[in-house]
Amino acid sequence: MKEFKYVITDPVGIHARPAGLLVKEAKNFKSTATFIKGEKSAKATSLMKLMGMGIKQGDEVTVQVEGEDEEACAAAIEKFLKENF
Amino acid sequence: MQTFKGTKIVNGIAIGKIKIYKAPVYEISEELVSDIAAELERFEAARVKVQNEQNALYEKEMNAGHKDTAGIFEAHAMMLDDEDLIDSCKEMMAEGHTAEFAVRDGFEAAAEMFRNMDDEYFKARSADVIDLKNSMLDVLFGADTANLQGTEPAILVAEDLAPSETVKLDKSLLLGLVTRQGSSNSHTAILARSMNWPALIQCHDVADDWDGKFAILDGYNSCIYIEPEQNIIDELTAKQKADREKEAKLQELKGKPTETKDGYKVRLYANIGGPKDINAVIENDAEGVGLFRSEFVYLNSKTDPTEEEQFQAYRKVLEALSPRLIVIRTCDIGADKTIDYMNLDKEENPALGFRAVRICLTRKDFFKRQLRALLRASAFGNLGIMFPMIISKWEVQECKAILDECKKELEAEGVKIGKYETGIMIETPAAALCADELAEEVDFFSLGTNDLTQYTCAIDRQSANLERFSNTHHPALLRLIKETIEAGHRHNTWVGICGELGADPELTEEFLKWGVDELSVNPKSILPLRDRIRGMDLSKYRKTESPAKDAETSKPKGFFGRLFS
Repeated sequence: MKEFKYVITDPVGIHARPAGLLVKEAKNFKSTATFIKGEKSAKATSLMKLMGMGIKQGDEVTVQVEGEDEEACAAAIEKFLKENF
Repeated sequence: MQTFKGTKIVNGIAIGKIKIYKAPVYEISEELVSDIAAELERFEAARVKVQNEQNALYEKEMNAGHKDTAGIFEAHAMMLDDEDLIDSCKEMMAEGHTAEFAVRDGFEAAAEMFRNMDDEYFKARSADVIDLKNSMLDVLFGADTANLQGTEPAILVAEDLAPSETVKLDKSLLLGLVTRQGSSNSHTAILARSMNWPALIQCHDVADDWDGKFAILDGYNSCIYIEPEQNIIDELTAKQKADREKEAKLQELKGKPTETKDGYKVRLYANIGGPKDINAVIENDAEGVGLFRSEFVYLNSKTDPTEEEQFQAYRKVLEALSPRLIVIRTCDIGADKTIDYMNLDKEENPALGFRAVRICLTRKDFFKRQLRALLRASAFGNLGIMFPMIISKWEVQECKAILDECKKELEAEGVKIGKYETGIMIETPAAALCADELAEEVDFFSLGTNDLTQYTCAIDRQSANLERFSNTHHPALLRLIKETIEAGHRHNTWVGICGELGADPELTEEFLKWGVDELSVNPKSILPLRDRIRGMDLSKYRKTESPAKDAETSKPKGFFGRLFS
């Protein structure tokens, strides 16, 4: 399993359109990526739940990736977060 | 006549008949059905149809150049792919509920989740889910929603309008918009703002019996008059006409010089925050960029941005806006703008603390990355490099020395560097009072009036309790501005104003009189300010007889020299 942490810098947090693009990105991989903030968690392929976590600017999220292509999946998600959030 | 209040979205006036816009209300059967497969199939067909519709709306808005609103529909299409939402609907149908029932309860639950969030942005997203629910139900019930708007131009009054409803409206029949609900964050508000429609939200008195009545929506006063009296009709009709003429006149000013009646020219530039504002610069016909805040490259990144990342961002703006002069302010982090990866100590008094050039001169490697990126970008346009928060001459000299060091390194690496100007922000009383000494070092000054005001008057601009004591036209401040302009011109250094005062119409004439070379303002203020300047005649203040000629001949570094007493 791969795990990394990321602090959101986007002023609106994880919001609708880029969150949708994140889901698309996550669906490119066979691994399952999970976003965790405090007690809440959501799969990276689940748009509504991801938005429902209410992730805001300054929040730290932990991303766990598990599966056969976890290296590549984690790298892609981290890159996407950096560029969009 | 009756008057009802609401919250306006844009100033503007709409005059005409009211049309009540009512989305259909559906009776949804609670009965269980036996053909589960048929319901699943109907659901899937509706889902695909609505998703196609949303994608088509996305295309439509993109083609119309409305990127913001296009994003709404792109997000809608993505929501319809949400596995949890689809699964929750499918589970209900598997229990024998109809597709309509599953859509209502499934989408309603998702909307409820958003409604219960404490953040305003996410709260407002419940409207997106409701919009999709209604669109799904329209398809499932085979409803014809094409004619809800009526056939003649009207002020549309609704409970609330979903984004897909708003965008489907026939714009030629839409005079204005009034809703009982909606927030200024809602998509309806965003659309109204981007389309410049007169609109009123949160008008709680909306009533069905307004239908067909004559009314005036007055955005200026945030209200709607139902069956207004003649004097109000006359007054607001005249105001509407004046607005339209004014708008048309402003559009005509595109491409015209910013010049007073007696031939005094001033450069009218825009303040921007990143490549996203390129269009605003072009649309509002700014002659250049007087303040490009480089903070976005730091704030949008989790780690210290690389030289390459910065170079790409600067190059994009320089290239897109060439041959305009683009003044990029170097890193102005600190004070109210902090960043985790910078590991800055918490300060008691951040406005007077470790910020801007003070950080850059302490962390030289960090500073050099930005300067190298700027120098590389200089090959792609017309660049000005501006250092903020200066108080002493040695700081300027040290900045320039580091810039030179970067230049030599790049030249040794064989990298092409274009021409560029260097300048400083004058935003501390110390800098304003030492402007003569500082002017010897630079090509230009830019007066940052927001900080200069707070430092001169010792008034925290974010404190609400100080309103009574605050005076944005304080004579001490105006004197510092005037003397800075004069000091700059003594050394052929051109002087601009990039703070909020630059767009203050009450001061424009004073600034021009003092000989300011450039005003840099919010893109939306460009055309109104150009209009104002073109209406001015400064000949009464002038000492020399033939100013226009003087202006042509006296501009080595400063453009127009010192024409006025």
